[in-house]
Amino acid sequence: MPRWGMVIDLDKCTGCQACTVACQTENNLRPGSVEESQRGRIIEWIHVLPVVEGEYPHVKTRYMPVPCQHCDNPPCTRVCPVRATYKNDEGIVAQIYPRCIGCRYCVNACPYTCKFFNWSQPDWPESTHGGKSLSAAHNPDVSVRPVGVTEKCSFCSHRLIKAREQAKSEERPLRSEGDFVPACVEACPAEAMCFGDLDSPGTAVSELSRSHRAFRLQEELGAEPKVYYLTEG
Amino acid sequence: MRSSTPSIDPLEATALRPIQQRSSGFYLLAFALVATALWGVNALVFHQWRNGLQVTGLNCPVFWGVYITNFVFFVGISHAGTLISAILRVTGQEWRRPITRMAEAITVFALMVGPINVIFDMGRPDRMLNIFKHPNFNSPLLWDVCCISVYFVGSITFLYLPMIPDIALLRDRMPHRRFYRILALGWKATDRQKHRLEKAIVVMSIAIIPIAVSVHTVVSYVFAMTIKPMWHSTIFGPYFVVGAIYSGIAALLIAMVILRKVYHFEEYLKPEHFRRLGFLLLTMCCLWFYFTFSEFLTTFYGQSPEEMKVFYGKMSGDYRLLFWGMVFCMWTTFFTLTLPWLPLRTPAPLRAPARVLRPILAIAVVAAFVAISQRAGTMTTLAMDLRMPLPPFLERSMMAIMPIAFVWSLLPYLRNNPIVSSFVASIFVVIGMWLERFVIVVPTLVNPRLSWGVAAYHPSWVEWSLTAFDFAGMVLLFVLFSKVFPMLPIWEMREGELAERSRFETQRVIMDRASEVPA
Ligand code: SF4
Ligand code: SF4
Repeated sequence: MPRWGMVIDLDKCTGCQACTVACQTENNLRPGSVEESQRGRIIEWIHVLPVVEGEYPHVKTRYMPVPCQHCDNPPCTRVCPVRATYKNDEGIVAQIYPRCIGCRYCVNACPYTCKFFNWSQPDWPESTHGGKSLSAAHNPDVSVRPVGVTEKCSFCSHRLIKAREQAKSEERPLRSEGDFVPACVEACPAEAMCFGDLDSPGTAVSELSRSHRAFRLQEELGAEPKVYYLTEG
Repeated sequence: MRSSTPSIDPLEATALRPIQQRSSGFYLLAFALVATALWGVNALVFHQWRNGLQVTGLNCPVFWGVYITNFVFFVGISHAGTLISAILRVTGQEWRRPITRMAEAITVFALMVGPINVIFDMGRPDRMLNIFKHPNFNSPLLWDVCCISVYFVGSITFLYLPMIPDIALLRDRMPHRRFYRILALGWKATDRQKHRLEKAIVVMSIAIIPIAVSVHTVVSYVFAMTIKPMWHSTIFGPYFVVGAIYSGIAALLIAMVILRKVYHFEEYLKPEHFRRLGFLLLTMCCLWFYFTFSEFLTTFYGQSPEEMKVFYGKMSGDYRLLFWGMVFCMWTTFFTLTLPWLPLRTPAPLRAPARVLRPILAIAVVAAFVAISQRAGTMTTLAMDLRMPLPPFLERSMMAIMPIAFVWSLLPYLRNNPIVSSFVASIFVVIGMWLERFVIVVPTLVNPRLSWGVAAYHPSWVEWSLTAFDFAGMVLLFVLFSKVFPMLPIWEMREGELAERSRFETQRVIMDRASEVPA
């Protein structure tokens, strides 16, 4: 059974936020308004976190793309009263939107602040061309979340289903790297991210995640994230 | 005593008067409360449920706010009754008799109001039943559901059992009211019935104590089981239980003072009751300080950066007014309950000016308090600027002096008057405990471990409307209850009297015998 994981090289990341945009279109994220942004209600499954280090005049800003860390020991799934969030056999932490009661307990339990709540019914603005609503551009593989439920990065698990079917039709096993790639990894112009099975030897992720540059966010919490970062320098 | 005509019995007359007569004041109050509650329902149904939780002030990362605060607060209030009356019953405190009914009623109504707030907080209340369809018993929220339902059933039973004989009395007095007959369960006061009832009450009082303790423990676990800074604490269980009993006693005292006045219970709720409950309140106040001190000192001494963000958020950050407001309320409670005991006397020549100055001083103290807490950075902690010269130090000592000054300015009204002093103290406890719950829930969320941006939380009018709904709803239920059932437990008070009398009698017989011996 593969254990899907991601490695993000901070040396290569330019903070361009292409990953954020790619995720937005791939996963039918609601377009946020200025007002929503001011009230802290924007939904970004992967957000580029500016980390300011040091004090003036020795200040350094780093950019860190942070998706859901798909923890191997996720603090968020334990607390859900209705099992609407769980970790599957391949290590992907998933949400069941039609079951979620919107209590936001899992959101609070996540130490990485990467779960999001639908404060309102999503609003798809009319397109300026042809009068069609933006919802006509939805990715049909991903369900649109209704008001009142929690959502988060799924590692594009719909792509995994497709990749598996593709492999099946070609009568070959699913490759542990390359067949299943999330939209953000695919979009990154600096090729700062790579994705694959952390457990199978020889994949880039398994090599890089063991490199001396590799670290994980807040490792001391014991949540065992499957997103690795490579330090700069 | 039994043979006397019932209409002459003063206890019965006093206890039943509120049921038999309804004043215009009652209708006015009921109208105001219903109107407030309806306003809340309007906010909930036509704003929140129609538009989603965007109508609240909640955001990312402050996902919980006033609703959860109210939930914790009201479930805390519910510890008034059952726990206090059960403990006093089990320990055989005779003076408890007139107050048990009120205490138990508060419990039941607070428990009706508190958990509703979780439904207010839900994004999808329509899917509420998923909790039973797909329960995850690893979730502390499920523990809450279990403990609170057991407690709710338990406290309704606990309220109902000792009320059966009183309902039977009402059935006999007002035969036209059908539901008394049904609720009285055919009570005829036979020895067998009495024996059974007494047994049941004893069993219930013992069983309800651990249940009540479990309830606020698991409420605290909702927070403590996460690894959030300043939530993840092992003392949260007892800390919450202590706070719950503390605010519960305060709610009970407030109800007692008001009912005593409005329903003329003066003869049965004596200053003695207020004095004793005041001591209980003082004990809980000290325990509360002990837990709060331990909690904050441990955090401060550890200096873990994530926790210190929350810590300073409370001490000197955005929540300083609320935090220090809570401290102010609790110190005021402490001094209100203790200062009147000190032999302090204003010297005779100063008395006349003092009468004018005291109220001004009281107002000035509160104003100064708000002004000081509003200014950023003044309430920083002990160690942060110990090297600083006098002014900050002065300001800090002001924080300690203020509650004393405040209480001192009210002192003439409090001295030798346990009713007023416990009332004033209780009001401060209720405000302080609400603030405490808020200051536990929100600052932690504002300062998450991994934050992206500056977070803030300003509750919206919808949230305040639903808070008003909670308070109005609880008072309304309590008032309506007091118009249908006697708030003084007639049967139990009579039993107490009988027991007292028989004890007195036995004693006299013994004394008589003893005096006979030498003769
Ligand atoms: S990062 Fe947060 S949301 Fe993602 S699996 Fe870990 S705890 Fe859950
Ligand atoms: S918000 Fe939804 S997924 Fe999260 S704990 Fe509540 S019910 Fe579960």
